[in-house]
Amino acid sequence: MSVADEPERPGSASRTSSGPGRLLVALYAIFAVAATSRAAVQIVTRFDEAPVAYLLSALAGVVYIVAVVGLTRPSAAGRRVALIACSAELVGVVTVGVLSIVDEGLFPDEAVWSDFGRGYFFLPLVLPVLGLFWLRRSAREPAPATAGSAPGR
Amino acid sequence: MVRVIAITLVCAALLLAAWVFVLAWRRLPIGRGTLAATAAVEVVVVALLVGLFVLLGRGERPAEALTFALYLIATLVALPIGAWWALGERSRSGTAVLGVAALAVAVMVERLDQTWGAGVGG
Repeated sequence: MSVADEPERPGSASRTSSGPGRLLVALYAIFAVAATSRAAVQIVTRFDEAPVAYLLSALAGVVYIVAVVGLTRPSAAGRRVALIACSAELVGVVTVGVLSIVDEGLFPDEAVWSDFGRGYFFLPLVLPVLGLFWLRRSAREPAPATAGSAPGR
Repeated sequence: MVRVIAITLVCAALLLAAWVFVLAWRRLPIGRGTLAATAAVEVVVVALLVGLFVLLGRGERPAEALTFALYLIATLVALPIGAWWALGERSRSGTAVLGVAALAVAVMVERLDQTWGAGVGG
């Protein structure tokens, strides 16, 4: 193998988008594209059929985009934005998941968050938990290379 | 014919994903061999695209045209963007990103088949 085995390059990326965060950003980016384009298609082609489900898909898309932006910003503000997005996502997927099971009439067509994200391998339910866990863990770790940005120090 | 390309692509993407996840598991970085394999899978993506355009040229149409077009674009860009994001950090997670991109390609080709309708050209 011609590439040097260099597991971590400290300081080369923001903390929330390095290490496991890098994988998280990739997954969130996929869902941002998936949810936004799905909602766009649904709203453009058949909005009248299930407006609640389609608007919720659009909202989910926006939340995923905000999460990607937050996770890729190295600043404390980025972290806060990511925290809000992941929390909103968790609340959204649980609320919509429960509602879609209790009252099927509310979601005649599948949205990203209906049935707890079953159409997407339940990843919409898993992602925010991983996201919140990662934000918590990466906040506790001391900042690599950049001095003075570690919280509480 | 196009169906054969699609099935080949799903298998190739899944194999690539499995291989890359093994690399990630063993904490190995993405090397030239893996990049060549990724490029090879992308060639099959382009082959599928060409095949689909041939079908369109013959007057066949996907059942859900807009969704189909968006999945097609996403399938085309998934591996290049995934490779770029994966190579940005030489770490276990960086490597795993390419595996996720390859998995996404496999899933999206499956969705392409569904949105075409009765299955892509026999």
